Amino acid sequence: MGEVILPVIPAFDALTGALFLLTALGVVATRQVLTSLHLFIMQSLLLTTSAVLIAIALHSEHLLVVAAITIATKTIMIPWLLRRTVGAEVYRTREIERVLNIPSSLLLAAGLIVAAYVVANPILNTVQIAFANINLPIGIAAMFLGAFTIVVRREAVPQLLGLLAVENGVFFAGVAIVPDLPVIAELAAAVDVPVIALVVGLLMRQIQRRVGTTAVGHMSALREG
Amino acid sequence: MLERIGYNVLQILVVLTLAPLVEGVAERLKEVVQSKRGPSIFQVYRDIWKLLHKDEIISDRSSWIFRAAPYVAFVSPVLVALLIPVLTQYPLFFAFMGDMLAGGFVLALGSFFTTLAAVDAANPYGPMGASRTRMVGFLAEPVFIVVFLTVSFVAGSTIPYIVQGRWVEPIANFFEPSHVLLMIAFLMLILAEDGRIPVDNPSGQFELAMIDHSKSLEYSGRGAALMKWAGAMKFFVLVCIFLNVLVTPWGLAANTRLGSVLLAVPLISLKIFIFILILVCIESSLAKLRLFRITEFMGAAFVISVVAMITRLSEI
Repeated sequence: MGEVILPVIPAFDALTGALFLLTALGVVATRQVLTSLHLFIMQSLLLTTSAVLIAIALHSEHLLVVAAITIATKTIMIPWLLRRTVGAEVYRTREIERVLNIPSSLLLAAGLIVAAYVVANPILNTVQIAFANINLPIGIAAMFLGAFTIVVRREAVPQLLGLLAVENGVFFAGVAIVPDLPVIAELAAAVDVPVIALVVGLLMRQIQRRVGTTAVGHMSALREG
Repeated sequence: MLERIGYNVLQILVVLTLAPLVEGVAERLKEVVQSKRGPSIFQVYRDIWKLLHKDEIISDRSSWIFRAAPYVAFVSPVLVALLIPVLTQYPLFFAFMGDMLAGGFVLALGSFFTTLAAVDAANPYGPMGASRTRMVGFLAEPVFIVVFLTVSFVAGSTIPYIVQGRWVEPIANFFEPSHVLLMIAFLMLILAEDGRIPVDNPSGQFELAMIDHSKSLEYSGRGAALMKWAGAMKFFVLVCIFLNVLVTPWGLAANTRLGSVLLAVPLISLKIFIFILILVCIESSLAKLRLFRITEFMGAAFVISVVAMITRLSEI
């Protein structure tokens, strides 16, 4: 059976990677906060898919554990935690003002994707690992796009999602480069991520209670009391 | 050779006769989704027939452009139908007359003339729609160019007949990320070029909100019939390029026998019907974008096509 499906797996993994990149772009560009959360959940599901595909191809049980951890933390725990801490009214908000308008941030994002491929190329020339040529550049691109999301958006929840998208990108590259990382390392990361979400969520609730908005991008200037 | 010319003519006849039907089915299905009964699927034929028998009124202040535009708009999709695979897998007689870029330019010529005619008639709504169409048009142009360049880079050719086989040779190619991204980008391009819902509302009757349709408001009689027919054919041709070149090159005639060429007609009709179902789902589930959000829509399409090109060039 393995011989039959093996040639198809890289193709499916590449497709997963393309959609992964699209969801990362979506997190950069969507206005509705709830939509970007849904896109983040989709991105996590695609990360899971890629991990499962590589697990099947390389017969690695560790990656199945990674997939299970990703599903549990990123698609179930984080949305639940955010809803509990931040509250539903933040989800309904729509980001009117951004640092850059959407077309120009999309163009910059395209530039970042090119940069990710440029960065990944010398690494790919030195290491010869199956799937790395798909997952490594896309993972790096998703990292860049996540960081870019934090820069370009002013609303707190999308900024947090950008941070988590960086983490997703790291995992997406990681599952291909290190298919058998010790499970303890995965577990540590898996515990870290919801804690980040919890801390940022509580912080956001506090900010919203004090200031009445979660558009934290406006809070960069110091005002003398 | 005579046979290939014949099939080419047959191809044009198919485009001419089936295009209003495609439009009618799309209209009907959209109404059905909204729990209405909707017009008959042959309504577009009846409209064209009725308009052809009515008097035409032309303002004596308008120039020759206004009179020529319906004919140019009508001929341009017919010309493109000579170049693209509608029924057959192998190139027909006129296929080497122009490549995909030429097809794009011929279609652009048609819309250029309708834009000029809209300005010429000096109806207040015409120039407004014309300038809006140009805005959507120049935003759509880079997407078209990038999609076209990527596709011809993959196939090593710019003739659509040669491009089509490349995506399904081994079936794994179908799932290539660049292919999937190109399909998404081209679908968004069709939505924009044809004035479908996230960009424009094709069934809207409110002149101030119109983009595509306010250009033909001044036409009556034969001119209106030709414009309507030309719009339906342009959509048909774009869908044919999308389905037969980019997405599903199956169901086309592989040999030169008349029977298999005729068999291709129901097969492509089936493909187009499935495509219309998807299109109706998209149109019914989205709201029309505000005018200045269209740049965001087309910007997204452009970035998707650029990502497709990057993933292609870096050989993954």
